[in-house]
Amino acid sequence: MARTHITAVVNGDETEFLAEDGTSLLNALRDEVGLTGAKEGCGTGDCGSCSVMIDDKVTTSCLVFAPEANGATILTVEGLADSGQLHPLQQCFLEGAALQCGICTPGFLIAAKALLDKNPDPTETEIRYALAGNLCRCTGYDKIIRAVQEAAREMRGQ
Amino acid sequence: MKYVAPSSVEEATSLLSTSPSAQVFAGATDVVPQLRAGRSAPEVLVDLKKIQELVSIVKDDTKWTVGAATPTANLTEDQAFSEEFQGLSEAAGLIGSDQIQNRSSLGGNLCNGSPAADSVPAMVVNGVRAVIAGPNGTRVLDVAEVVTGPGQLSLEDDEFIVEFEIDRMPERSGDAYLRMIPRTEMDIAVVGAGARVTLAEDGSIEEAIVALGAVAPTVVRVPEAEAALVGNTPNEQTLSAVAGAASEVCNPIDDKRGTIAYRKQVAGVLAKRAVLIAVERAQQRNGMK
Repeated sequence: MARTHITAVVNGDETEFLAEDGTSLLNALRDEVGLTGAKEGCGTGDCGSCSVMIDDKVTTSCLVFAPEANGATILTVEGLADSGQLHPLQQCFLEGAALQCGICTPGFLIAAKALLDKNPDPTETEIRYALAGNLCRCTGYDKIIRAVQEAAREMRGQ
Repeated sequence: MKYVAPSSVEEATSLLSTSPSAQVFAGATDVVPQLRAGRSAPEVLVDLKKIQELVSIVKDDTKWTVGAATPTANLTEDQAFSEEFQGLSEAAGLIGSDQIQNRSSLGGNLCNGSPAADSVPAMVVNGVRAVIAGPNGTRVLDVAEVVTGPGQLSLEDDEFIVEFEIDRMPERSGDAYLRMIPRTEMDIAVVGAGARVTLAEDGSIEEAIVALGAVAPTVVRVPEAEAALVGNTPNEQTLSAVAGAASEVCNPIDDKRGTIAYRKQVAGVLAKRAVLIAVERAQQRNGMK
């Protein structure tokens, strides 16, 4: 398999890595860049646990070919905290026990961030639709929705 | 597998004619699962998203031109487009999650060849045309003619869709698309129904197009429903004719998503509702209501 040299801004840092052309961005992030926050749940774009932002758009990194990331700006869950300070979403997930096993959490956090970037004051229905592409087998979703609502309130300064 | 991202249509067509085992892709949301399932093993992956025409939305006086690889999110977030083609925008917005929406495209949704593709009935009722590039230049084909069976296309291996041409919505017209799935989001249509109507000045239906998805090997038009509507208002009698004709035209499969009998019945119900919504939108757009 051909390998491509990829340069991308990952979590704010210019990053170079080699990846096989047919491999997913998810595998490249995990195996070549060493960022194991994004997880592979289904590998078919259904579960959302591999969600990352590419050029400010949330997507499932398992469906992206690694070379597509060349020149892109990528945000993974590892880039959410700011100098050791957790992102409000992370803090609210922790405080609201919005996770149990944690496998889906990085994807939920990124998808929730993508929502709040566009819509700082979403309704519960809007949150549920925005997170419809993220599956969680533990929580029953309710605590996740409440954590996103709480983070949105904090981020609006309320 | 080798990844290439041509920057022009010409570069892409020449790549395709020299690479017998090439796979074009836009968002790859169907291509990757197929690769992983071992259903295809191309030598070359041709990313079409670096070609400007394929990722743009342009409006002029007579038509919209939508690049075949344009993310459906760009289309649903385009306010002018979504107000003019509410049904097509809603159909495009039903394809998968937000994550998928940032990658999925009309071209991919069509060329995956699924009978259940949500955007296809909505494109068919709006008479959308596909501009297809190949080694000998471009040709134009109605979207309804692109898919010939599940996963089967009338495109040659060295052809791909560059863009879609969508004539501007005429006056007194509206479109709609409805999908039946057992859950609210993230599912494949059990039945999909698209409708587009144009009203006469007296409010009766002058032109109607009805198309169904997921109930036959390809998306199907319902000519008898269309005939029942033209010249009439959507009253109980014409709507019941629409529902009957829609159920009748179905040639569905029995599978885990729905039985044949269920799909036929739901096709009638959805066709009727889609027509009603399209009529209402046509009325609202022209201040008839």
